[in-house]
Amino acid sequence: MSDVKIELRNVHKRFGSKVVLDGINLTVDKGSSLVVIGGSGTGKSVMIKCVLGIIRPDSGEILVDGENVLKMDSGAREEVLRKFGMLFQGAALFDSLPVWENVAFGLIQGRKMKRAKARDIAYDKLAKVGLGAEVGPLYPAELSGGMQKRVGLARAIAADPEIIFFDEPTTGLDPIMSDVINELIVDSVKELGATTLSITHDMASARKIADKIAMIYKGKIIWSGTRAEVDASGNDYVDQFIHGRAEGPIQMELLKP
Amino acid sequence: MNFLAIIGRVVLETLGEIGKLSVFTWTTLTHILRPPYFGRLLLQQMMRIGYFSLPVVALTAFFTGGALALQIYYGGSQFNSELIVASIVALGITRELGPVMAGLMVAGRVSAAIAAELGTMRVTEQIDALTTLSTNPYKYLVVPRVLAAVITLPLLVFIADILGVMGGFIVSTQSLEFNAGVYIKNTYDFLKADDVTSGLIKAAVFGFVIAIMGCYHGFNSKGGAQGVGRATTNAVVTASILILATNYVMTSLLFAK
Ligand SMILES: Nc1ncnc2c1ncn2[C@@H]1O[C@H](COP(=O)(O)OP(=O)(O)O)[C@@H](O)[C@H]1O
Ligand SMILES: [Mg+2]
Repeated sequence: MSDVKIELRNVHKRFGSKVVLDGINLTVDKGSSLVVIGGSGTGKSVMIKCVLGIIRPDSGEILVDGENVLKMDSGAREEVLRKFGMLFQGAALFDSLPVWENVAFGLIQGRKMKRAKARDIAYDKLAKVGLGAEVGPLYPAELSGGMQKRVGLARAIAADPEIIFFDEPTTGLDPIMSDVINELIVDSVKELGATTLSITHDMASARKIADKIAMIYKGKIIWSGTRAEVDASGNDYVDQFIHGRAEGPIQMELLKP
Repeated sequence: MNFLAIIGRVVLETLGEIGKLSVFTWTTLTHILRPPYFGRLLLQQMMRIGYFSLPVVALTAFFTGGALALQIYYGGSQFNSELIVASIVALGITRELGPVMAGLMVAGRVSAAIAAELGTMRVTEQIDALTTLSTNPYKYLVVPRVLAAVITLPLLVFIADILGVMGGFIVSTQSLEFNAGVYIKNTYDFLKADDVTSGLIKAAVFGFVIAIMGCYHGFNSKGGAQGVGRATTNAVVTASILILATNYVMTSLLFAK
């Protein structure tokens, strides 16, 4: 279990004068589930978008299966991207397409699969996330937030990816729906045997889906350990975060002048 | 703040924007040639950009032709007016007013719609989602729109030419009481194929400008609903200004003796 699937080495990214990632070092073991916790606006989404090639980091290395994806040409990079599935924070469903075509999109457009076959797989994946066939022809705008997240999850697992990223999978959902989504994530990951990297500020979710937990603060990973170790981390930042206290070493940006 | 510093910053920002636009345009051009091609999307965009612009373009051309005939008659020579009105309407519409009026009307309609659609897709992460589903956003979103506009604008302008001349004809024969046969003969005698083709070449360039400005501002919009609104306005304003500027350049090139 100690094969490294993804590794970030000293990754930096700034927008203008604003430093967002300030030397991220992180490894995700093959077949394991790493959850990165951290406050809003600390660069969690930017970090995974760097791995996905949506944002280009300023410096550092990103290795997937031992290969530096930042040094690849676009063709090789697209090949590597096929290993990934991604559930976006706001689900990011294509609102011009019905639900089933959203789920089948990567198969039809990205992999040139026949529509009829992709459609069968899409309905199969929808069933896996607890959505019946009647949802298939609906449009994303007709669904509730929780259903949209489930469709997003079905889309992320449609092509049986080796690696899945979850960007705040439970944000904006009620506690029960959050737990449903967490269960679905755990189940579908187990079934695929996938490696996962999730980011969240929801500790209940982190405890449920993580093997390991890492904490990001001010563009750096300041702590990492197993799920069991998080309660006795001995790190004031982690303690403050997991207990949700206003007092502590983490001062909210808005309190500063 | 220092006055020179403000000027300096505006100049730098403008240069930066031109650089970004050039890179965007170049990326689009390189993706037009490389497979895969999305034929179905191209047809869909041709319907949206071309077909649904027909009513506004037709009405604009018709009334412009009519008003032009009146102006030439009132403001110009009443002497030999049957010849002058017919010839200037024909040349004015095909060389200048047809392409420019159609270009501006379609810029208002289509640049705005494209910027709003792609801008929403950007801020809701749908464009990022395309990348994670092994689909290149330039090929899937930008290329079909640009090609559709370049193909359909000349067709629209051809129709605008016919309706513009017809507008002039109807006003001339009905309210100025010119002889219909003489008007048609004068139009035919004066109009050369070059007049029409120069207008159609302009139209293709305007189509490119309209779609690129819509896509560029949509792709680069940020910050939620307000950002999308700003992108939409900027797309229409920049497309309109660029149409007028390139029209001047093309007129001076195409008709230079
Ligand atoms: N494309 C961008 N351009 C400029 N700033 C950005 C961009 N993307 C993210 N940022 C900034 O980077 C910071 C981190 O954003 P993000 O990774 O989305 O935070 P979160 O940890 O909540 O996911 C924010 O301050 C955000 O404003
Ligand atoms: Mg985020």
